[in-house]
Amino acid sequence: MKLRVGIPRALFYYYYFPWWKAFLEALGAEVVVSPETNKAVLNDGVKLAVDEACLPVKVFYGHVLALIGQVDVLFLPRLVSVEHKAYICPKLMGLPDMLRASIKDLPRIIDVTVDLSKKPEKLPELVLEVGRFFTGKKKEIMAAWHEATRAQEYAEGLIRQGHMVDNVWSFLAGEAEGLTVDTGAKRFKVALVGHAYNLYDRYISMNIIDRLSRLGASVVTPDFLPDEVINTEAARLPKRMFWSLGKRIIGSTLHFLQQSDINGLIHVASFGCGPDSLVGDLVERYSHRSGKIPFLYITIDEQTGEAGIQTRIEAFTDMLAWKGAS
Amino acid sequence: MKVTFPHMGNLYLTARALVAGFGQEAVVPPPCTKKTLSLGTQYAPEFSCLPLKINLGNYLEAAEMGAEVVVMAGGVGPCRFGYYAQIQREILQDLGYDMEMVVLEPPDAHFRELIDKLNYVARTSWRERLHYAQIAWWKTKAVDDVERLVEKTRARETAYGTADKIYEQARDRIDQAWTKKTIRAAVEEASAALAAVETGRAEEEVVRIALVGEIYTVLEPFMNLNLERHLGRLGAEVTRGIYLSEWINEHLFGGLLRVKGSAKEAKKMAAPYLNHFVGGHGLETVGSAVYYARQGFDGLIQVAPLTCMPEIVAESILPTVSHEQGIPVMTIFLDEQTGEAGLVTRLEAFVDMVSLRKKRKRERVAGLA
Ligand code: SF4
Ligand code: SF4
Repeated sequence: MKLRVGIPRALFYYYYFPWWKAFLEALGAEVVVSPETNKAVLNDGVKLAVDEACLPVKVFYGHVLALIGQVDVLFLPRLVSVEHKAYICPKLMGLPDMLRASIKDLPRIIDVTVDLSKKPEKLPELVLEVGRFFTGKKKEIMAAWHEATRAQEYAEGLIRQGHMVDNVWSFLAGEAEGLTVDTGAKRFKVALVGHAYNLYDRYISMNIIDRLSRLGASVVTPDFLPDEVINTEAARLPKRMFWSLGKRIIGSTLHFLQQSDINGLIHVASFGCGPDSLVGDLVERYSHRSGKIPFLYITIDEQTGEAGIQTRIEAFTDMLAWKGAS
Repeated sequence: MKVTFPHMGNLYLTARALVAGFGQEAVVPPPCTKKTLSLGTQYAPEFSCLPLKINLGNYLEAAEMGAEVVVMAGGVGPCRFGYYAQIQREILQDLGYDMEMVVLEPPDAHFRELIDKLNYVARTSWRERLHYAQIAWWKTKAVDDVERLVEKTRARETAYGTADKIYEQARDRIDQAWTKKTIRAAVEEASAALAAVETGRAEEEVVRIALVGEIYTVLEPFMNLNLERHLGRLGAEVTRGIYLSEWINEHLFGGLLRVKGSAKEAKKMAAPYLNHFVGGHGLETVGSAVYYARQGFDGLIQVAPLTCMPEIVAESILPTVSHEQGIPVMTIFLDEQTGEAGLVTRLEAFVDMVSLRKKRKRERVAGLA
C-alpha cells in the first residue's frame, strides 16, 4: 500500500506543486491534492480560522480539512524562507502550529522547517529530512530530488511560454486535458501582479484572469518573468525587500513599468495582508511616479462580491480603451 | 541639528538623554493625539499597521517644530517593522519634506552603531556620550520602576487617578533629572507617595492580569486607549510582559546589559504550542500564557494592531494554551476606529469573569479545608 500524502491546494501549492509531487511520487507516495477551492472549502476555513487571518490562510485551513480522512500524512512544511536573506510571511512561519491548535484530529504531518534565510546551503539537508519520512536510502532521495528539480523546471518553462500556473499544474497532475491558450482578440495588455495563490486560485480571485481576458486584455503576470529579471529590478530598491513574494511583485512592477506595450497594471492583494500593505504602497507610488501606466489596486476577502470586481475591472479596461483611443 | 524620534510610551525620556549626549537638540514630538493619528492615517498606506501611521504623524508634527533628523529603529524582516522607515521616507519625500532618516538596523542595531550614525553631527567627546548613555539608562530603569509600583497602586486606590498623578509628576522629574542621585530621588519620592495613597480594595478582590502582545500597543497608552488605567480602575493589577528597559537593552544596547524581565523566559515556554519564531513578539505572547499561568495569574490580555501578523499567529494558538494551562485569555485588536468606550465594556466583562473565577476557586479551596 502506498502512503497517501495530502497536499492542500492553497498557498505554496501555487509555487512548488510540480516539485513536491515529483519528489513525493519518486519516493513511492501517492499524492492527493485537495479539490479546487469552492464555497464549502472556504466556509470551513472561515469557521475554523481566527477572524483576523487573511483569506489565503483561511482557505488553507479549509483545504486541510478537506484532506482529513482522505490521506495518511499531510505535507505541511513550515516555510520560513526559501532564499538567502528573505522571508515569506510571519503567518506561514507559524502555520503548522496554528493548524495543530485548531484541528483536533489532524493526521501525521510532515512539517519540516524550511529556512534558508541564513544558510541557503542547508537545502540538501532539508531535502534529506523530508525524504527520510519515506526511505532510509540516501541515494533514492537524491534521485527523487533530481526528478523534482526537473519537473519544476519543466513546469516553469511552460509558464514562461505564457500558460497560467493553475492550468500548467492541472495539466501536470492529469486533471486538465491540455494546456490552454487564450486566442481571443486583444485590445490591450495588462500586467497582473500579486501572490500566486491570489492570482491563480479561481475562487479567491473570482476568475479575474478570465474576466480580464473577456474584456479584451491579454494578461501577463510576474510568473512569466525569469527570476533574474525580478532580482535585478528589485535590487534597485533603496532598501532590500526582505519578503520573497513582495520582491516578485515589486521587481516585476519595475520591469513592467518600463515596457512600452503594457497598458495597465493591476495589483491583487488579500485584505489585511501584512507584506502587501507596504509592497502595494510602493507599487502604487512607483507607478504614479512613472506617470505612464494606469494602476488598479484590488483587495479581496471572503466578503468581496463578484459584481464588485467585475465593475472595477470594467471601469479600468474602459479607461484603458479610452486612453488608447485618444 | 534638531533630532526627533518616534513616540513609544516613555521612550522619549531615554531618547532625549541619548541625543543630549551628542550635543544635539532633541525635538520631542508632541504627545500622541487624535491629530497625530489623523495626520498619519492621511498619508500612510491605508492597510499598514497602526504604529507606522502614528509614528509618521509624530514625524510630521516634529517637522513643524523644526526637526531635521529622525532617528528610529529598523529591521530586516520578517515583519513589517523592518520596512517602516523606507515607506515613511518615501512618503516624506513625496510630501516634499527634507528630513534625514537615521535607521538603526539589526544585527548591528546597538549603541555602537547609534554612535557611528550620529557621529557626523556630534560635537561631544566619547566620555560625554558615554556619560549620557548611562543617564539614559538610569532614566529608563527609573521610569520602569515607578510604573511597576503605579500598576500595583492603581488597582487598590480609593480615589481613582491618584496614582497616575504621582506617576506623571515622577516622570517629569525623571525627565528633568540629570544625575543618578536626582533620578533615584525622584523614584524614591514617588515610591513614598504611592505607599501613602489610600487604598480600599481587599487584597483577595484584586485580580492579577498579564498584558502581552505587540510591543508598541503594549507600551504606548495612546495606542492601547489607556488600557492599563482602565484595568487598574476595575481592580486589576497589571503586569506587562515587557517593559521599556527590556526593549531599549535589546534594540539600542545590543542586549549587553542585564535587565530583569520575563520576556526571555516566556519565550522559552512557547513550545510545544508554537515552535518557531514568527516575527515581532508572537513567540513571547504564546510563551507568556504558559509563564503567567504558572505564576498563578488570574488572566492574560493580548493586545495588537489589527492585521498584526505575529499576533494573529499567537491569537490562533492561545485558546489551546488557555484551555490546557487554565488561564483565561482575551485578545484585543485595535485600529483607528476602535473606541475607548467599547474597549472599556470588554475589559469590564473580562475582569468580571476572572474575578468570579478567582472567587469560585477560593471558595473551593475553603470548602476543602
Ligand atoms: S503574505 Fe499576505 S496573504 Fe500571504 S499569508 Fe501572509 S498575510 Fe496572508
Ligand atoms: S509586529 Fe505587528 S505591528 Fe509590528 S510590524 Fe509586525 S505586523 Fe506591524
